[in-house]
Amino acid sequence: MSSISVARGNPRTNRVVSQVLGEAGIGVALVALGVFFLAFAPHFGTAQNIRDIMTQITLNTILAVGMTFIILVGGIDLSVGSLIALCAVVAGTAMEGGGAGSIPGAILLSLLIGAAAGFINGFVTERWRVPSFIVTLGMLYVARGAAQQYTGAATIYSLPESLTSFGTATLAGVPAVFAVALLMAAVAWFVLSRTVFGRLVYATGNNEEAVRLSGHRTGVIKVICFMIGGACVGVAAIVYMARLGVASPILGQGYELNAIAAVVIGGASLSGGRGSVIGTLLGACLLGVLTNGLLLMGVSDFQRTIVTGAVIIVAVVLDAYRKRLSTRLSVAS
Amino acid sequence: MPTTTDTALLDIAGLTKRYAGVTALDEVDLSVKAGEIHILIGENGAGKSTLVKCLAGIERPDGGTMTFGGEPHRPAAAADALRAGIQVVHQELALLPALSVAENLFLQRLPRRLGLVDRGAMRRRARQLLEQVGLEVSPDTPVERLGIAQMQLVEIAKALSGDCRLLVMDEPTATLTPRETATLFTQLRRLTAEGVAVIYISHHLEEIFEIGDRLTVLRNGRGVHTGPVAELTPAELVRMMVGRDLDAEYPPVADRPVGDHLLRVTDLKVTPDAPPVSLSVRSGEVVGVAGLVGSGRTETMRAIFGADRPAAGTVEVRGRPVRITHPRDAVRHGISFLTEDRKAQGLVLDLPIAANMSLAAIDQVSRLGLLSHGAETAAARDLSERLHVRATGPHQKVRALSGGNQQKVVLARWLAADTDLLIVDEPTRGIDVGARYEIHQLLLSLADSGKGVLVVSSDLPELLGICDRILVFSKGRIAGEIARPDFDAERVLNLAYSGYLKNGISA
Repeated sequence: MSSISVARGNPRTNRVVSQVLGEAGIGVALVALGVFFLAFAPHFGTAQNIRDIMTQITLNTILAVGMTFIILVGGIDLSVGSLIALCAVVAGTAMEGGGAGSIPGAILLSLLIGAAAGFINGFVTERWRVPSFIVTLGMLYVARGAAQQYTGAATIYSLPESLTSFGTATLAGVPAVFAVALLMAAVAWFVLSRTVFGRLVYATGNNEEAVRLSGHRTGVIKVICFMIGGACVGVAAIVYMARLGVASPILGQGYELNAIAAVVIGGASLSGGRGSVIGTLLGACLLGVLTNGLLLMGVSDFQRTIVTGAVIIVAVVLDAYRKRLSTRLSVAS
Repeated sequence: MPTTTDTALLDIAGLTKRYAGVTALDEVDLSVKAGEIHILIGENGAGKSTLVKCLAGIERPDGGTMTFGGEPHRPAAAADALRAGIQVVHQELALLPALSVAENLFLQRLPRRLGLVDRGAMRRRARQLLEQVGLEVSPDTPVERLGIAQMQLVEIAKALSGDCRLLVMDEPTATLTPRETATLFTQLRRLTAEGVAVIYISHHLEEIFEIGDRLTVLRNGRGVHTGPVAELTPAELVRMMVGRDLDAEYPPVADRPVGDHLLRVTDLKVTPDAPPVSLSVRSGEVVGVAGLVGSGRTETMRAIFGADRPAAGTVEVRGRPVRITHPRDAVRHGISFLTEDRKAQGLVLDLPIAANMSLAAIDQVSRLGLLSHGAETAAARDLSERLHVRATGPHQKVRALSGGNQQKVVLARWLAADTDLLIVDEPTRGIDVGARYEIHQLLLSLADSGKGVLVVSSDLPELLGICDRILVFSKGRIAGEIARPDFDAERVLNLAYSGYLKNGISA
């Protein structure tokens, strides 16, 4: 039992340092990377390239925002990549050859499928106390198979034009789809930081038993987080179709890993209770900027993949170090 | 008769260990001879476990010397103690369930041939060891298929597999049947005949008198008696364990009007085979719950609160039968529960004080699901002031607080919930004297305002100091109830031990 220890150094400096380490570390890294590419990657700073980056990171941002909820309660969702394909082919089939009028129904359908799959992931995890890692791994296969079964492995091409034109539209210079991602991040931030539910999400991820013994149904909270993650996949499926104008049952492979990477680079702990939407957003930006900048520098595809992997590892190691340091400082102050 | 020599195998002198202001061991002396079974006995928290931990290299003592086999014993890690020949069988089993008995036995030194595990040799030696402890199972059986008692015997066999000159057993028979206990004792005698010394920790007085050669009584971290077991009667032994300084200060207990029944529990069984428990708490009452660790106190409270599902029984709140299947139901019916392990079950360490305090009454600081940070901070300020929480402010993380202040934060959470009945489990364990007094004061003031308080505690003076009556648990049942005018530490302890003694204690 540690009593309040004598402050080492100036408490206020300690607090500022620990806050910088705690929240801003990823932002600093992002800025540094931006400066680096501005100097060495041709055309990196042009308006068109910035817009390209925004478009490129849209899908991962949406998926990672949903993943943040799941990781905050100590879960993981590996089914994201397959689920986006399932949502897309079902919603895409509903819109196939249709006009703008078919879009709202298709969006609703996509959200429902995503949320339903999330419910199954969460419910099975909670009800039978099995790791979500395994449950969602199973769902990864189920959703992929279901998507292929649904279309007979065919790709859907004739999507409504108003949908695909939304995919290329810009809003005050910002790609409309990226605006959607930002809006979702903003809502998620509000939910996590300003609502009772958000508080219970953090508390449950930190110490589930304490929250349960304070009279809350932690199982319900966790299942809802999985459903939010699933619904975000539903949104991502619509955005995918808007951008690329197709829905294919084999799309989205490996997307789950990109989303998890963004959340983790954003400072979340895989054991739950720690992380933030802002961190996730910055994490997704960092991954996007890295890929884009390296591409402009002429680095090959393979080498890019190697660098991305290395960055993830470095981010997690730095994070572990930072966590220890900031805990020590916060105890000291 | 064991071959007892006069030279001590283990000599401990002036052993001292402090934890953040609490002295767990205060200049304890202990001398154990080769070939003897030395009993270590004392109340919960008397320092037995700490002593064993120092001996086994798990904790570093703050003072004193240990000599083992004529050489200074200063283990820096558990491996050092093992190398010296000190084997400890802990209360908690440390077996790997998926591995076989033989693999568990030799995990630390798997017999190898050409870099591969020599399964034949392992099996042969496992068979010998199992025979030594009288366990008749195949060495290839996965440990998860064994019963608890059998696992216990595997643990003992594991201890014997290494070089063992001193065997320390921490309540080994807690889960054994009489027949298994008898087997164990036979094996222990065989070991001591070979010159092995045994330190034996147990609450079972009967066993102590059956197996012990000499004993050392610990009280409040101090050794108060060492001598042959045969020279004592059970009653004398209990008196020695209790006779502890009752000099701690308690707030004055006022005469309170006792009101209606707040809680009435009838024939509650924590498991289908457990004995039924009935108890009640009235408004304005502070009811103590005494008993040894593992006597069913905490289990009963958890079942009442809905933290675990009871197997049977009825609970009435204010005269109305209620169904409590989740802590949520309990809170709704006006019951709070302060758990014994505040870090694992109470605090959300990485959230600030304010968030921890509002957790059980979050509706009070929110509207339509939206948190009001202002209201939450204000509520936390009020509660911190009321409970004298010492912190930099409501936004400080709970992790950074001292034990006493952490406990106040959890208490504040339940004060905010404002329930009629408050169950507190070990409310002052591991916290400083000042905070302790304040918590006692708070519990009494709650009773003054007409609430009911159930206090589970291993700290007997605490119960005697603040309760109106004390229920004593022993081996799963309530062995007796003592009202304030009849309070007597010895009586409480006699009741607490009564379930573990076949014929009761005769003076």
